Amino acid sequence: MNWSEFFHMGGYAFEVWTCWGLTLAVLIAFVIYPKRRKAKIRGEILRQISREQLDQENQGS
Amino acid sequence: MNPLTIIWNFLSNTYHRLGSPREFYTISLYTTPVFGFLFLVLSLFGTYFGLFVAPADYQQGDSFRILFVHVPVAWMSLFVYVVMATAGAIGLIWRMKMAFVVTICSAPIGAAFTALALLTGSIWGKPIWGTYWVWDARLTSELILLFLYFGIMAVYYAFEERKTAEKATALLSVVGVVIVPIIHYSVEWWSSLHQGPTVFAEGGPKMPPEMLLPLAFMAIGFMFFYGYALFLSMQARVLDNERKSRWVKEIVSGKTN
Repeated sequence: MNWSEFFHMGGYAFEVWTCWGLTLAVLIAFVIYPKRRKAKIRGEILRQISREQLDQENQGS
Repeated sequence: MNPLTIIWNFLSNTYHRLGSPREFYTISLYTTPVFGFLFLVLSLFGTYFGLFVAPADYQQGDSFRILFVHVPVAWMSLFVYVVMATAGAIGLIWRMKMAFVVTICSAPIGAAFTALALLTGSIWGKPIWGTYWVWDARLTSELILLFLYFGIMAVYYAFEERKTAEKATALLSVVGVVIVPIIHYSVEWWSSLHQGPTVFAEGGPKMPPEMLLPLAFMAIGFMFFYGYALFLSMQARVLDNERKSRWVKEIVSGKTN
């Protein structure tokens, strides 16, 4: 079996590759989105921590 | 100690540890990559055997290769629902904080699997059935499942107060579990264009091993994907919910992930 035959999928190229492509896209989205959200929340928490440290230093002086 | 006591102690210990957001977060940092890795390995094997090794179907030609994504996502649409509703029930009965997080983080994943099952089935239906859509029992009940997932997500965002929102979401998911047997038996109770049980059929699978093997790889792989995506999403939510607590600040500012 050669590659062009493989991509042709016996005449069902559109159906087969759309279904596999859609599934792959959804899987990738459900990995990227929570990772981004986690990074964003970590950033917010870090900024909050540095704000609290600044407050403490100001009170100390 | 007898083995039953050991198993019971282990289970109750795990339950209590996973019940605490902090313990869950620490444990999930190790288990999440393992789930992701197992998903990757299984789905790559499944893809290889499904697209290259399995022979074309004698009736449907190569179009049957949609089966290797359609069937796993359709199974997952029900599996995720059962996990989500069970977690909702545990949260309501034993007031377990983390159970609600499982319910809320599962809903979008389940909705995505349901939408994929409907879309891939529809694209597959066009050449084989001659139509994208029919209002028959299997397709209609699966569409209701999609709306149920949307409803569950909407209920969570409809309440201002988080604890109320969590309880309402869990309650709706528990009540909605009635859809699962309806979808499963729809092809037996009503006449349907959709084919009946093929893998878990009476008298064993009606499918040759060259097709059954990649399907099994994909199905188990997708279960690990659910675990992977669920834990990633739960980690983000736990950090968000517990952002004021000391352990979160320690983990975020420290060297640990």
